[in-house]
Amino acid sequence: MPLLEAKNITHRFEGLCAVSDFNFRLMPQEMVGIIGPNGAGKTTLFNLITGVYRATEGTIQFAGEEIVGQTPHSINKMGIARTFQNIRLFKELSVLDNVRIAYYGKIIYSPLEALLHIGRFRTEEKRIADMAMELLTIFKLDDLADVAAGSLPYGLQRKLEIARALATEPKLLLLDEPAAGMNPNEIEILMEFIHWIKKTFQLTIILIEHQMRLVMGICERLVVLDFGATIAEGLPANIQNNPKVMEAYLGEEVKT
Amino acid sequence: MDKFSATYFKLLTRWHTLTGHRFFWPVFIVAGLLFSIAAARLEILDQYVQLILIYVGINIILTVSLNLINGYMGEFSVGHAGFMAIGAYIASILTVSVFPQASVNFLFPVAVLAGGIGAALVGLLVAIPSFKTRGDYLAIVTLAFGMIVKSCLENIDAVGGPRGFLGMDKLTTLPWVFFWTVLSVWIIRNLVYSKFGRGVLSIREDEIAASLMSVNTRQVKIIAFIVSSFFAGIAGGLFAHALQFINPRMFDILKSTDILIMVYLGGIASIAGSIIGAIIYTILLEVLRPLGIWRMVLMPLMLVLLMIYRPRGIMGLREAKMFVPLRDLLLVKILRQKKKEAPNASA
Repeated sequence: MPLLEAKNITHRFEGLCAVSDFNFRLMPQEMVGIIGPNGAGKTTLFNLITGVYRATEGTIQFAGEEIVGQTPHSINKMGIARTFQNIRLFKELSVLDNVRIAYYGKIIYSPLEALLHIGRFRTEEKRIADMAMELLTIFKLDDLADVAAGSLPYGLQRKLEIARALATEPKLLLLDEPAAGMNPNEIEILMEFIHWIKKTFQLTIILIEHQMRLVMGICERLVVLDFGATIAEGLPANIQNNPKVMEAYLGEEVKT
Repeated sequence: MDKFSATYFKLLTRWHTLTGHRFFWPVFIVAGLLFSIAAARLEILDQYVQLILIYVGINIILTVSLNLINGYMGEFSVGHAGFMAIGAYIASILTVSVFPQASVNFLFPVAVLAGGIGAALVGLLVAIPSFKTRGDYLAIVTLAFGMIVKSCLENIDAVGGPRGFLGMDKLTTLPWVFFWTVLSVWIIRNLVYSKFGRGVLSIREDEIAASLMSVNTRQVKIIAFIVSSFFAGIAGGLFAHALQFINPRMFDILKSTDILIMVYLGGIASIAGSIIGAIIYTILLEVLRPLGIWRMVLMPLMLVLLMIYRPRGIMGLREAKMFVPLRDLLLVKILRQKKKEAPNASA
């Protein structure tokens, strides 16, 4: 059974058709890359899957449950987490609080217990603090737990964003251009890192990326989008030589 | 951090270690309660000073509660006086017309509480537009809300319409104000240092990222608005029974502006800041009374200077350690210590 299945997804902004008739199946433990020129509708797709936008037409099912129409936080609870193209950490808050916020759905106490600091509040806060710190230790961020997230260097901010996403204990992780602004050396390290989190946390991953080096290196399957529609799908090696893909990226060949 | 706040912070830390986090609060509360009872009963302080202290307390409640929305959540509510009006009218009607005169002294806290609950229910109504509306637009919604409350009160003859409502006994005493002030600060502090408080902060930082990280933003907004308006209502009830006369014009946009000034003077997202802001503003207005009308020139001027040199207020986005729960204060230290000890324990 596929983990994620999108059928005939169409999304329009006013007149603009950002995604048109998109079909997609994702099996558990897969690592799929979505590539395409700027404005092809890749990030819109992520926003549709995570509930930021509501698809104009079509259905998306995650582990057999319908996603379209659900709120972002309940979709997250079902097991989908993501990172952002332009890092969206809670900049003024500490590294620890960034992760603790992501445990919101996992903490069980009532507003009354929170207002009076009684009952389950104490044990739950302790449990979550331990879990958060454990997660930060895995990512070697524990020494920076009390530092404001916005003051971390760029690479660590990317790392923290992934850690924060993993705090919600997802089955499916969506990475939106994780290698943006990285040099080839850093990309090597990132590739190993993504492999490692996939194995450690038993993840299924969808990756949006422009850096061909990364996509070709780690993805098992690629989907190429252009103007909101799938123009090619298949193994990375086959995609590279696909004339349609070359056309989308480089333009049509001039016939003489 | 500039030099002033560095030394200020050093002093605060030293004071904190001197008093001891655990002992400070129980001692402060008992001492404050005893002193306020003594001041009210034995007339240690004269009536005028007592009245000023009562206003300081009421303003602290108003400032801390508004800071929850404007500072911690990062919205801009300009209708706080509206909630205050609802609390003031409900509490006054109860003590004047509903409760038997003989037992009104005992039932005063019930009246104040009822005012708070009434305001909280209306706060729930204001929370609903906040689901979809943000920033400037939500500010306009709260502005409209304040106007609606004022116009409604002006047109209800049963509560005196524009002439106002009177007949309340002077039930707001220093001990009661002290009690409600400590309670409101404590509860809002508790809220801030819970998952809901972290949710409130995450909405300020990035609402969409928060909702994608499992934060139920609607739930968080409802709780924040209910708690904020509840305490505004409490402050209203206390205010009405301190002044013994209320009319709708007292709770117009100018009153809301007063509270806003105290919030931004003291500093956003800081309980210590709210308390400092409320104390400075209330006392300064009294001290500058001899200046007459010039007072109203000086105060806004100060505000302009403050916004230029310290746009986040005196304590903006920082908290005095005495208001941080011991758990959060020491959390990182404790966890690191645990980590250090863990390998030894297993070995």
